[in-house]
Amino acid sequence: MSLLKSIYITEDLEAIRAQVREYVEQELVPNVEQWEAERAVPRSVLDEMGKLGFFGLRIPEEYGGIGMGTLATVVFAEELGRSTSGGTNATILVHTDLATPYVLHFGTPGQKEKWLPRLATGELISAIAVTEPDAGSDVAAIRSSAQRDGEGWRINGTKMFITNGSIADVVFVAAKTNLEVKGSRGVSIFAVEKGTEGFSASRALEKMGWHASDTAELVFDDVWVPAENLIGEENRGFYYIMSNFQNERLAIMGLALGESQKALEMTIEYVKNRSAFGAPLWNKQAIRHRLAMRQAEVDAARELTYRAAWLKEQGEDAVRETSEVKALVGELSNRVLYDCVQFHGGMGYMAESAVERMYRDVRLNSIGGGATEVMLDEVAKRL
Amino acid sequence: MKVVVCIKQIPDPATPYTLEEGTNWLVRPDEQILDDGDRYGVEVGLQIAEANEGTVTLVSMGPSGNGQGVRQALAMGADKAILIEDDALRGSDALTTARALAAAIKEEGFDLIIAGTESTDGYSGVVPQMMAELLGVPALTYATKVEAGEGSVTIHRQTNAGYDVVNAALPALVAVTAGVVEPRYPTFKGIMDAKKKPVDNLSVADLGIEVTSDQTVASIAEATARTAGQKIEDEGEAHLAIVALLEERKVI
Ligand SMILES: Cc1cc2nc3c(=O)[nH]c(=O)nc-3n(C[C@H](O)[C@H](O)[C@H](O)COP(=O)(O)OP(=O)(O)OC[C@H]3O[C@@H](n4cnc5c(N)ncnc54)[C@H](O)[C@@H]3O)c2cc1C
Ligand SMILES: Cc1cc2nc3c(=O)[nH]c(=O)nc-3n(C[C@H](O)[C@H](O)[C@H](O)COP(=O)(O)OP(=O)(O)OC[C@H]3O[C@@H](n4cnc5c(N)ncnc54)[C@H](O)[C@@H]3O)c2cc1C
Repeated sequence: MSLLKSIYITEDLEAIRAQVREYVEQELVPNVEQWEAERAVPRSVLDEMGKLGFFGLRIPEEYGGIGMGTLATVVFAEELGRSTSGGTNATILVHTDLATPYVLHFGTPGQKEKWLPRLATGELISAIAVTEPDAGSDVAAIRSSAQRDGEGWRINGTKMFITNGSIADVVFVAAKTNLEVKGSRGVSIFAVEKGTEGFSASRALEKMGWHASDTAELVFDDVWVPAENLIGEENRGFYYIMSNFQNERLAIMGLALGESQKALEMTIEYVKNRSAFGAPLWNKQAIRHRLAMRQAEVDAARELTYRAAWLKEQGEDAVRETSEVKALVGELSNRVLYDCVQFHGGMGYMAESAVERMYRDVRLNSIGGGATEVMLDEVAKRL
Repeated sequence: MKVVVCIKQIPDPATPYTLEEGTNWLVRPDEQILDDGDRYGVEVGLQIAEANEGTVTLVSMGPSGNGQGVRQALAMGADKAILIEDDALRGSDALTTARALAAAIKEEGFDLIIAGTESTDGYSGVVPQMMAELLGVPALTYATKVEAGEGSVTIHRQTNAGYDVVNAALPALVAVTAGVVEPRYPTFKGIMDAKKKPVDNLSVADLGIEVTSDQTVASIAEATARTAGQKIEDEGEAHLAIVALLEERKVI
């Protein structure tokens, strides 16, 4: 089944899509079960993707990428979403679209020069650490702090639920650099390299889904980093986070769309081949219509997502549109997978079926990177 | 070394084919893909060019559609493409196809031509040999391994028993089998660079050939459905039944 053509999707994007689709089909899908069991995507796979340029989609040519825009991220994520393993997707997308953008958008020229070429090839894999045990949705409430110390900064605090936390070569960490002002005014972002004294990933967390993804609790115990590791400007961190959230949300929802589309395709194939009461399940109008409606919803959601991405490319902040997408698609992917498991019957409940895994994986789509309720408030504020 | 690789764009085999009423020609949609078999040819061509400071020129005949198949081969690393597209060539038979390709290749000049053994849609498996004959160069076919350099090319030619080692002086044509090499994935940069690469469009008039298709598709018929296999229930003795069956068929 081919995707519907869209006015937002250029020939270049189609070429990228075709390439990623094939790669995902050939190299990821046959292996994800193993990676889920091993709780990790092998580094060699990330290395290969790096060589193919997958991590440089948004990075300018001068730093080793191809400098494409938000729509390319969405298309890339959509195709990645077809891997049937949310954890695999997260490993990749957190690096490319959640963490790397801190240097890409806000790094100084020196920081770009230092980090971007190696982030583009996958020589460095990155993570972003904002969430803490006592601060998730409420970013301004973080407690981790960084204080000036000599020619650098000393960081203390704990970060929670950090994707790629223990595998990352560099983690971008949000910490308070000014405790006197309103929470949102005193946050800065620091690059902390693996192996820095006092920095440790304390434990790999067991999760409902995203099994192939490393999720860690990070501890910063008097970690000293040089001044050049302060990303961009001091006390601008909250704004960097809010700004990057827009790209991040569209990227994750690209995944959600790809997951939904793939699950629908697998389910349609399944019910066409599964016989009950003397005919394929597909002959049951109740099933056929439900799947047709879910397809219609996914097609509509995809266009809404493309539009938000396109607005971003036009230079608009697109906060309302992006929040709409995050709220709508996050929930939709859960409805889609609910139905996909339902129509797979008992088989859909078995750990060996891909929809069972995807059902667990998509649960995070309406929580991570901005819970639905938080997103709806962002929309409501603008109505 | 100047390497020319023949590539064919075909309708995606994953989507159902339709035939034109009357002529029974295959309907070629706008969206076509690079014939999977020709990817091996492109990879062989690239490897040989890389080892011999050469260039790779792609040649393709047929409706170019949105050109994604050719773009994919350019993205893998080929230097340029020649597209032969002309209404007069619609429904070409294998010989006409070979004439058109040979004329373009002759004009372009070459040391080595690489083609697939047979295409996925037409699979007559004769176009490469016909081209070689028309160009007066040796055809080395069923290649499972290809090495070229210093004015000659050597292949492993697949046989029923194993392989023959076949050598020829350049210029020559090699038809490769699927699996001869592992085709590379294009990089994102390759994909973006592909559209900046030169693509020449040629018509029948440019080639100076005459199109005379002598063949028509007289009729088509459904392939006979495969009959169900034989089931052997295993009650501990199934392996003996299987051995007996294999012996009967002279497999063992
Ligand atoms: C597998 C996984 C990977 C993650 N990876 C990362 C990462 O790499 N980096 C990182 O920094 N964080 C990461 N997170 C954290 C994630 O972004 C947060 O879990 C998310 O932002 C929600 O924050 P919280 O868990 O503190 O929930 P809370 O803020 O405690 O919210 C709990 C629930 O309350 C509701 N709620 C919250 N606010 C409101 C409101 N204003 N109005 C109405 N209802 C509300 C929502 O339903 C929400 O789900 C990850 C989380 C998981 C589970
Ligand atoms: C429905 C149908 C009916 C047909 N009827 C007839 C018929 O009646 N008579 C007849 O002679 N043929 C017929 N053909 C074959 C059709 O004309 C051939 O597809 C065409 O001539 C090319 O031959 P091939 O694809 O069989 O090439 P093959 O010889 O199988 O291809 C081998 C290799 O040659 C190269 N090559 C082949 N074609 C091209 C091309 N266009 N551009 C670039 N490289 C190429 C590729 O490297 C390919 O891997 C029919 C095909 C179809 C699908």
